[in-house]
Amino acid sequence: MRKLGALGIAAIFLIAAMLISALVGAADLNPLDTVAALADKIPFVHLPSGLSALDRAVLFQIRLPRVVLGVLVGGLLAVSGAGYQGVFRNPLVDSGLLGASAGAGLGATLAIVYSGGAGPSAVPPAAFLGSLGGVAAAYLTGAAASRRTGFGNGVATLLLAGIAVGFFFTAVQTLVLQRSAEQDVQTVYNWLLGSLSGATWQLVVSILPYAAVSVVIVLLHGRHLDVLAVGDEEARALGMNPAAVRLIVVAACALATASAVAVSGLIGFVGIIVPHVARRLGGPGYRSVLPLSLLIGAGFLVLADTLARTVLSPAELPIGVVTAVVGAPAFVWILRSTQGAPP
Amino acid sequence: MTGLSVQELTVALDRNPVVRGVSCAAAAGGWLSLIGPNGAGKSTLIRAAAGLVPYQGSVLLDGADVRSLPARERARLIAYVPQEPVLPPDMTVEDYVLLGRTPHLGYLGTPGRHDRQVTASALDRLDVARFAARRLARMSGGERQRVVLARALATEARVLLLDEPTSMLDVGHQQQVLELIDGLRRDGGLTVLSTLHDLTAAGQYADELVLLHEGQVAAAGPAAAVLTADLIGAVYAARVTVVAGPDGRPVVAPLRPRPDTGPRG
Repeated sequence: MRKLGALGIAAIFLIAAMLISALVGAADLNPLDTVAALADKIPFVHLPSGLSALDRAVLFQIRLPRVVLGVLVGGLLAVSGAGYQGVFRNPLVDSGLLGASAGAGLGATLAIVYSGGAGPSAVPPAAFLGSLGGVAAAYLTGAAASRRTGFGNGVATLLLAGIAVGFFFTAVQTLVLQRSAEQDVQTVYNWLLGSLSGATWQLVVSILPYAAVSVVIVLLHGRHLDVLAVGDEEARALGMNPAAVRLIVVAACALATASAVAVSGLIGFVGIIVPHVARRLGGPGYRSVLPLSLLIGAGFLVLADTLARTVLSPAELPIGVVTAVVGAPAFVWILRSTQGAPP
Repeated sequence: MTGLSVQELTVALDRNPVVRGVSCAAAAGGWLSLIGPNGAGKSTLIRAAAGLVPYQGSVLLDGADVRSLPARERARLIAYVPQEPVLPPDMTVEDYVLLGRTPHLGYLGTPGRHDRQVTASALDRLDVARFAARRLARMSGGERQRVVLARALATEARVLLLDEPTSMLDVGHQQQVLELIDGLRRDGGLTVLSTLHDLTAAGQYADELVLLHEGQVAAAGPAAAVLTADLIGAVYAARVTVVAGPDGRPVVAPLRPRPDTGPRG
């Protein structure tokens, strides 16, 4: 019952966040007309709306793609963060620790610096491949190291390998930047801080298949993550194969992160903060944490983006700055509540 | 034979043989306990029987080799409780015991009504039903051990492998847990293979003891044959006396190596 209630609350939060974001912005859209115009798009619903042709264009071609992209990116980052936390049995882990961010950063940097004329269109695929490459490098390094040393159960080794791979990719990125034009450096930094300002329906459609596949796979493994909570050995005694589950979930989470990062740059803290809120709301079981993270993450990022594009309007704040300003204090709060949990 | 039997079992950890050619058997509905000093290979033998470490030799359940069974099927037959189970602090007692149903669920399956019924009766059987909604972190040592046993019971396995089920408990809770395990085996026909470090308790509860020493069987048989001052003295390098308790079973009491160093009276 608690879980259904929590899902309902999260769904209402997401819808409210989307509506607010669709209504707020430089062009002043009439709220009632906007809601009517949106509802008119629902099959079998026909409502007259007083929006002008220009207002309609703003709503359907500028605001909505951005809202939907925010939903996708926020949901993907949060659900993959929750997935990683389940796999690594650690509430403070997210994709950044596993080489995903560093890989994406390196990919985007290479695309910006060396693509010549191709410019912005080369960045999403390069970041996507870089992010997947980062996680793959971390996973293979970690697996090789734990096979050789037999150290731990593979979880700690994998995380350490992720950190090492992250440092290496960041070092290469720094080297490339240091030898490139100032204008490119500016572009790379803008990308690194994250933004949804490039949102188009085309961009939404381009990541939709990856988003759908990865989210479905992660959501189907909630029960497996709950079993993993008792450790690899006991999971095996219960007839599960922890290494296989870990590989599947890490691969799906890597795909989710890569899709999000490809279209938005690096947006921190969503993957850590949101699953924690989901736990507070619906309990610690991953069968509720995963879907709740998806909904809350989507709503949270849409709200963060609304702030990012309105606070300094007409200029835009990088959305990564907004999530960090909210996220850093929240992270400290999580750290305290994790360690101060009553025995 | 029916029950669990281990034949010529050899286990090497990091290429060091830890268990060397051990054979022993727990009859169906019986309780076999492994005893022996630290590092004798007790836990390793139990883990091998649970299929958690590679081994040579064979583990037979009712005469059939369990090595060829898929992991889930083996887990439906044999439940394993480690010495220090991992108890996720925020998980509720009910959700934890429900994990015992894992071997009965398909890859994408979710627990259904029957799984919840089995879980509820396991909670009942171990007298922890009233804690169902409580977080594991808020359970005391004795309660936790009962919850862990409830999870093992929820698997509906016929064999319980228990590694030191009472190591963290005081004498009262030890007795309570051992009585519960004995009850499960008598009522439910479960076969129990355990390790126990308390020699007197091992003699009181198990039908048969196997004394391991450096990975090999030093002695096996009923308590009276295994718990002798000479054997224990030799294997544990300890000075003990064994007396007959009021129920006729052996009571093992340690003695100070030099008698004249006792407390001054």
